[in-house]
Amino acid sequence: MPIWNRRCETMARSDMEQLQLERLQARVNRAYRNVRFYHRKFKECGVEPEDVITLDDIRRLPFTTKDDLRDAYPYEMFSVPLREIVRIHSSSGTTGAPTVVGYTKNDLRNWSELVARVISAGGVTRNDVVQITFGYGLFTGGFGIHYGAERVGASVIPVSAGNTERQIRIMQDFKTTALVGTPSYALHVAEVMEEMGVNREQLALRLGLFGGEPWSERMRQEIEDRLHIIATDNYGLSEVMGPGVSGECEHKCGLHINEDHFYVEVIAPDTLEPLPYGEEGELVITTLTKDGMPLIRFRTRDITRLNPEPCKCGRTTMRMDRVMRRTDDMLIVKGVNVYPSQIESILLEVEGVEPHYQIVLDRKGALDEMTILVEVSRELFTDSMSRLVDLERNILDKIHSSVGISAKLKLVEPRTLERTPDKAVRVVDNRNL
Amino acid sequence: MLRISSLITCYGRIVALRGVSMHVDEGEIVAIIGANGSGKTTLLDTISGVLTPKSGSIKLFGQEVGGWSPEKLVRLGMAHVPQGRRLFADLSVYENLILGAYRRSSRDKRQHLTEDLDRIYDIFPVLKERSDQKAGTLSGGEQQMLAIGRGMMSRPKLLLLDEPSMGLAPIVVRDIFKIIGNLHKQGTTVLIVEQNAKAALSIARRGYVLETGRVVLEGTSSELAKNPEVRRAYLGKGYKHIIEE
Repeated sequence: MPIWNRRCETMARSDMEQLQLERLQARVNRAYRNVRFYHRKFKECGVEPEDVITLDDIRRLPFTTKDDLRDAYPYEMFSVPLREIVRIHSSSGTTGAPTVVGYTKNDLRNWSELVARVISAGGVTRNDVVQITFGYGLFTGGFGIHYGAERVGASVIPVSAGNTERQIRIMQDFKTTALVGTPSYALHVAEVMEEMGVNREQLALRLGLFGGEPWSERMRQEIEDRLHIIATDNYGLSEVMGPGVSGECEHKCGLHINEDHFYVEVIAPDTLEPLPYGEEGELVITTLTKDGMPLIRFRTRDITRLNPEPCKCGRTTMRMDRVMRRTDDMLIVKGVNVYPSQIESILLEVEGVEPHYQIVLDRKGALDEMTILVEVSRELFTDSMSRLVDLERNILDKIHSSVGISAKLKLVEPRTLERTPDKAVRVVDNRNL
Repeated sequence: MLRISSLITCYGRIVALRGVSMHVDEGEIVAIIGANGSGKTTLLDTISGVLTPKSGSIKLFGQEVGGWSPEKLVRLGMAHVPQGRRLFADLSVYENLILGAYRRSSRDKRQHLTEDLDRIYDIFPVLKERSDQKAGTLSGGEQQMLAIGRGMMSRPKLLLLDEPSMGLAPIVVRDIFKIIGNLHKQGTTVLIVEQNAKAALSIARRGYVLETGRVVLEGTSSELAKNPEVRRAYLGKGYKHIIEE
């Protein structure tokens, strides 16, 4: 499959490291000068930009966390005046303040370039018809892939999320060859297609480019079998840019990181020390070219491993394992980020609810289902049925408006949920990804 | 071809370069732009061996050359055309050019000197016309041509140019840059330091922006030329905005 930017993607390691050092130093100098947050952080840690003499010296620099970005809401992390920002995206603000990302014209050019590389690795060429089922809006998924696919020269159909039957009709009529979205949505599409009696062989579909949530090899196999496509994974996060950070090539042996734009480390989440290649830990990303909102050592909370070996495809860029887990308790349900703590705080606000709950995740067909078991006081159970129903509706409404997805609720009597001596089992994930 | 990392150069206790990393690949023209006192000339002087770095690495053709003498670097294939030309005003154009070949062995000299002179005269016909004239009597543009011609006499693979546009009329600057472009087309790799960012970015493939001894921006010339900060600070665009701030 084509390599979009041969010069950058097949660079010798020593050339790449030179380029990374140059860019790292320039970005650190600018972040220190332009972003108050970094200026203060550097002072607190007792480091100066010129302490970065080698790439390894990055470990002397402070981390940036999701909380730092929330504190900076909305524009405090921007490194340029707002008039130079031409696009603003925001991450799903489900817990506390959302995080905001600003892009300059040059950032958008780079973003398209990087997505072009990632989808080229996934097999997309100018001859493809690309159907994007990611949401368009504040979320980076839709727009991110969109401009990259246009850069490649493909014919882009910006369907956005939802209305599966229409998606399938468009797939048939427009002769879609590449499907872009979450892997679970791809399975859902396969199911609805079967229900509609659409014959797979009538479709022109040949590729699937998926991201936005963890998925397993088994799931890939199922998607490939049912849709008769080559399915690849790609990775990105809105804080850093959106899609385009890394993606699989046809060999499906790790995601190629666009290292000339992102410096990656894997650290031990407990000691925060960088780990050698091949060891599993938290992915930390430093942006090397972003003008609008540079990030130094952003802790992604995603768990992965790094592999610096060149790939059979010819690319020499570092590869990362597919992200299957996170260091925090964040769950991804129906593509939405959900924190158990968020649900807990909703439950605790409701009168009569005991502080014992359990979130059970199942997969019905291809779609996630979230059920919340919660203990309520004995008095409530002796009360009228209508009070219980009201309570249930009250809780569900609150969860829906705060978390953004619908859930099922089961009210149970006190001491029904299993008590464990050390840590309560708050989440039972039966999805078997 | 040239690879520099975390270069620090001091004048006594004054730190002029605070960890500069940059590279030049074979066949490129790379520009270093920045205001007066940003460290551009210090950087070039450190690369060409005029100054000794305090720390950091300079690799030329894969070889560590930090602290080497200028003579040794010329032999390795680097020529440095310094700021303000530094010609011998009382010597003729011809004599100035011959001095550019002084590092070569006498046998090599005899064989190739005429050949090289012809080549330089080809590029700069005006130098041929004025070959017997004293360098001090040349115009600014002609002096700059002579300085570049003298640098080219050592048949460098990498040519370092320090402010070739300095003190020249815009129309002459255009001629000089056209010549630099031609030298590049004939196979010379060029590292150019300029306050005239517009001219430098117009011929370079990539560039670095220096500020108080640090690189604060790097990118392709088109990226830099479009960058609002570069436009404001070095290309004289958007002054109104600054006043509004």
